[in-house]
Amino acid sequence: MPSTLLDERTEAELNPRQRQAARAIGVSTYATKAGRVGRGLLGIAILALVWEFFPRLGVVDPYFLPPLHTVLQAWWDLASGGELWVHVKASLSRSVVGFGLATVVAIPLGAAIAWYRPIREILTPPLEMFRNTAALALLPAFTLILGIGETSKIAIVTYACFFPILLSTVSGVATVDPQLLRSAKVLGLSPVATFRKVVFPAAVPTIFTGIRISGAAAILVLIAAELVGATEGLGFLINYTQMNFLIPQMYAAILTTTLLGLTVNYGLVAVERRFSRWRT
Amino acid sequence: MSALIELERVGRTFPVRSDTDKRIHDFVALEDVDLTIGAGEFVTLVGPSGCGKSTILDLVAGLAEPTSGTVSIGGRPITGPGLDRSVVFQQYTLLPWRTAQGNIELALEAKGGLNKAERASQAEEYLRLVGLADFANRLPGELSGGMKQRVAIARSLSVQPEVLLMDEPFGALDAQTRELLQEELLGIWERTGTTVLFITHDIDEAVFLGQRVAVMSARPGRIREVVDIRLDRSGAGDHDIRGDIRGDIRGTQAFAGYRHRIWNLLRERSAGSVGRREGVASVA
Repeated sequence: MPSTLLDERTEAELNPRQRQAARAIGVSTYATKAGRVGRGLLGIAILALVWEFFPRLGVVDPYFLPPLHTVLQAWWDLASGGELWVHVKASLSRSVVGFGLATVVAIPLGAAIAWYRPIREILTPPLEMFRNTAALALLPAFTLILGIGETSKIAIVTYACFFPILLSTVSGVATVDPQLLRSAKVLGLSPVATFRKVVFPAAVPTIFTGIRISGAAAILVLIAAELVGATEGLGFLINYTQMNFLIPQMYAAILTTTLLGLTVNYGLVAVERRFSRWRT
Repeated sequence: MSALIELERVGRTFPVRSDTDKRIHDFVALEDVDLTIGAGEFVTLVGPSGCGKSTILDLVAGLAEPTSGTVSIGGRPITGPGLDRSVVFQQYTLLPWRTAQGNIELALEAKGGLNKAERASQAEEYLRLVGLADFANRLPGELSGGMKQRVAIARSLSVQPEVLLMDEPFGALDAQTRELLQEELLGIWERTGTTVLFITHDIDEAVFLGQRVAVMSARPGRIREVVDIRLDRSGAGDHDIRGDIRGDIRGTQAFAGYRHRIWNLLRERSAGSVGRREGVASVA
């Protein structure tokens, strides 16, 4: 059944009080789980078919875009040989360290910025400047200062992850419902307890928005940094295979970064759901 | 009956920027407010919106300080919030990530002096008091508006305050739930003996609940008159065999008389004040 957004969103359904009285939740006639999963798989299947048959039919040059089965074959060879894992491990550890550092520093700093008005007013302009400086534009500077090794790569990941988390923490803490703060005050909670028991839990869902953006940024920026100068890592693998005309292996490496990104994103979504379950 | 809360010649002004001349003025929210509340009394405060009802509650709660005059509890001036006074606000102020029981435990954590098991059992006891024992593990998002306010009342009572301050707590509820909760509140008040200061803009609610009704006028906010309510409440809140509320006090002649008198007080005042004062109250 073709259904537009208009049909779906304006579908007649039980109102919240009826749902409560019936102790049940409404079921949409449009969105069923099987239908959703099925259509999602169909999308992937179409993409796979296009990738497989366009090179075969000569729509694109099969040398520069090999058919999917060739790429998957190359991927399997890289994976079973253990070579792929070396690069994934190198990339993953850099991302995790950079991302972790950013989280550990940005959340307390963001909370302090939001909590104390003078700190917020002093730090906001310089932070806005840093935020609007693209991480990759600073790559040469990082390389100059920190050298070509691990430090500069981890530093640039940290930099890229830092600002989304910082800004979402600031906004999450600063926009806590004043009514909750008033009730914490009349309950006689100390400022520290108020922060720990009221402000921070209330801000967690907003903070997670930043964490998810950072998760994606961590992989993205790292791959770009590895493309430029590295001896291992997925970015290096992509660059190396391209230089040596190992085209199927290059696509295999690219596909791996996609999988890595998907894993990180869905992992963070799952964690987010765990912490924001109350937000209905 | 000994005086517990005393407001003496209390005034409160707020700095405001006027819309007309863009200068900063003092807005007089309260002027010369005198009010005495005895221990164990149930006093309701009724007045038009914007008359400073909530400001009085903030002063007693310790969320604000008077610009002039004194506010004291048990003879000591109020300098800040304290666990001898608990507040139930109109907006739902439960922590949405804590269960009904967890929200009551929060108040007990703030109070201190209890271990985890003691907090849990005390929270349970107060949930039972408001009839929500079966909903201890529900999150606020899974409770109806009336249930949320009951949890808020249980939370406020759990710290065993001397005074319960209520700022239009039933304002957001539908009429039937509101009447039910009013009766329950009276029952709880009778059982616990807590002093209650209850703010509302609903005359019926004020007369139904209060032993005394303080009627306020706006601009500047003052207490116009304090009306003693003498109604035969012996049946209020009880249920007869059929489950109906016995003797609906709201239908009696006496109730109508009080309602009319307060309605007149509110009306007279606002009619008079429009003639005498214009714009942003008295400007300093």
